[in-house]
Amino acid sequence: MKRFYLLLTTLFIGFALFASDEHGTEKLDGNQAEEEFNPTAVIMEHIADAHDWHILDKVDKETGEKRGVSIPLPVILFHDGNLDVFMSSKFHHGHSTVKKGNCEYALVHGKIYLTEHGEINYNEEKEITNVKPLDLSITKNVASMMLSAILLLIVFIPMARKYKKGNGIPSGIQGFMEPIILFIKDDIAIPNIGEQQYKRFLPYLITVFFFIWFNNMLGLLPNGANLTGNIAVTMTLAFITMLITNLSGNKNYWKHVFATPGVPIWLAPIMIPVELIGILSKPFALMIRLFANITAGHIIVLSLVSLIFIFKTIWISPVSIAFVLFMDVLELLVALLQAYIFTLLSALFIGLAVQEHH
Amino acid sequence: MDLVTPAIGMIFWTVLIFLFLLVLLRAFAWKPILNAVNERNESIAEALNSAEQAKEEMAKLRADNDLVFKEARIERDKILKEARELKEQTIVEAKLQAKNEAESIIKSAKSAIENEKRAAINEIKNQIATLSVDIAEKILSKELADNAEQKALIKDLLDKTKIN
Repeated sequence: MKRFYLLLTTLFIGFALFASDEHGTEKLDGNQAEEEFNPTAVIMEHIADAHDWHILDKVDKETGEKRGVSIPLPVILFHDGNLDVFMSSKFHHGHSTVKKGNCEYALVHGKIYLTEHGEINYNEEKEITNVKPLDLSITKNVASMMLSAILLLIVFIPMARKYKKGNGIPSGIQGFMEPIILFIKDDIAIPNIGEQQYKRFLPYLITVFFFIWFNNMLGLLPNGANLTGNIAVTMTLAFITMLITNLSGNKNYWKHVFATPGVPIWLAPIMIPVELIGILSKPFALMIRLFANITAGHIIVLSLVSLIFIFKTIWISPVSIAFVLFMDVLELLVALLQAYIFTLLSALFIGLAVQEHH
Repeated sequence: MDLVTPAIGMIFWTVLIFLFLLVLLRAFAWKPILNAVNERNESIAEALNSAEQAKEEMAKLRADNDLVFKEARIERDKILKEARELKEQTIVEAKLQAKNEAESIIKSAKSAIENEKRAAINEIKNQIATLSVDIAEKILSKELADNAEQKALIKDLLDKTKIN
């Protein structure tokens, strides 16, 4: 356990040192400082993915410069068979473009575009018309996901080792995690999938549960990434569930889809599309549920904090803090609940596909 | 709209990291943990079973003990009863024997006494005859010349007068 804390401390100190090196500078003009506070833009910026891990903003009192302190992250771009890798700090928070070979890249509102001779072009609807390269960057969300993966590995692999050398009596983190693992096995997997088949799917269910839970919790930390509130992540997870469900679907399952028992043949043209929509709508619901719940929580917390800036008075802050505290505690529950619901529904869908009798 | 547009890079990394995590955790965490927990459950079940068995055996042993104890008590009672009967029989037999012995002793004693008495009486008779003859001889020495005739007369008289 001591090693674990040491590692975390080292990690944070490392980040902090790294971060202090990077100063993106942003000049605040006199009229810009007086600009109306736009909560929507701030909130959207906070819940969106980014190419650097923003930590805080500092306003230099002498020059009036607003400095964003953030951890730069690697940008990985793939365009025309060229792989370009550089640190996001090279964009200087979107103030400069990056030239790599024949390509020149620009960062506009968190997205990387290929410039046309150093220019960004807009159409009549003020949409950018520039080409977007294939962006495989380690963004804030990806970095957070890697962190959570490392965290999961250093929590569970040593825990599994303890069983080998120990006398079988759970101690420390084992005592906390073992009941959760057994809960997933005994109360999610077995009742929904069945005693005979659950073993194949159990590793996936446990992994998805802890992956979502850990990431939900990391998202609640100050400066945390809104990973499980990212549609791409929830879509991928839901897609994996859909893939497992349909790849392990047995005869009964497909018969139910293409020739539902008890439904006359002439209804098939209606029934088959309905059933096919059903196949898609189940994981779609999984995707939206997790995304919406986590994003909504973040938006509410950010809105409550924004109240201080909307009213432009510090006296509103006790109200904000009280509500934010309440919301954060609620979000702790939601973090666990959403992980549970995702796992439970995945098990239910898999169970429906593999069960033998109706 | 950005919020609900999935980014390709994010999908790529999620697939990569999640599958990597799934493979590693499956091999090095979930399987060892679930196996260990299974083994532990089995050993607990086994321990409970053997405890139950031991309990049953104990109960059986106790029942056996009770049975043996009961049998021993019955045996003891039987032996005691037999001993008592034997004792009584012995006493009765001894009494009977003693009585018989006593009776035979008394009988032989009586016959011996009778014999002795008869012998004594005969002796006395002889003595008396001798004494009588002597006395008579002495008295009648002068009167009776024939000694033999006198003796026969006296014997005849004595036989006629039987003592007892």
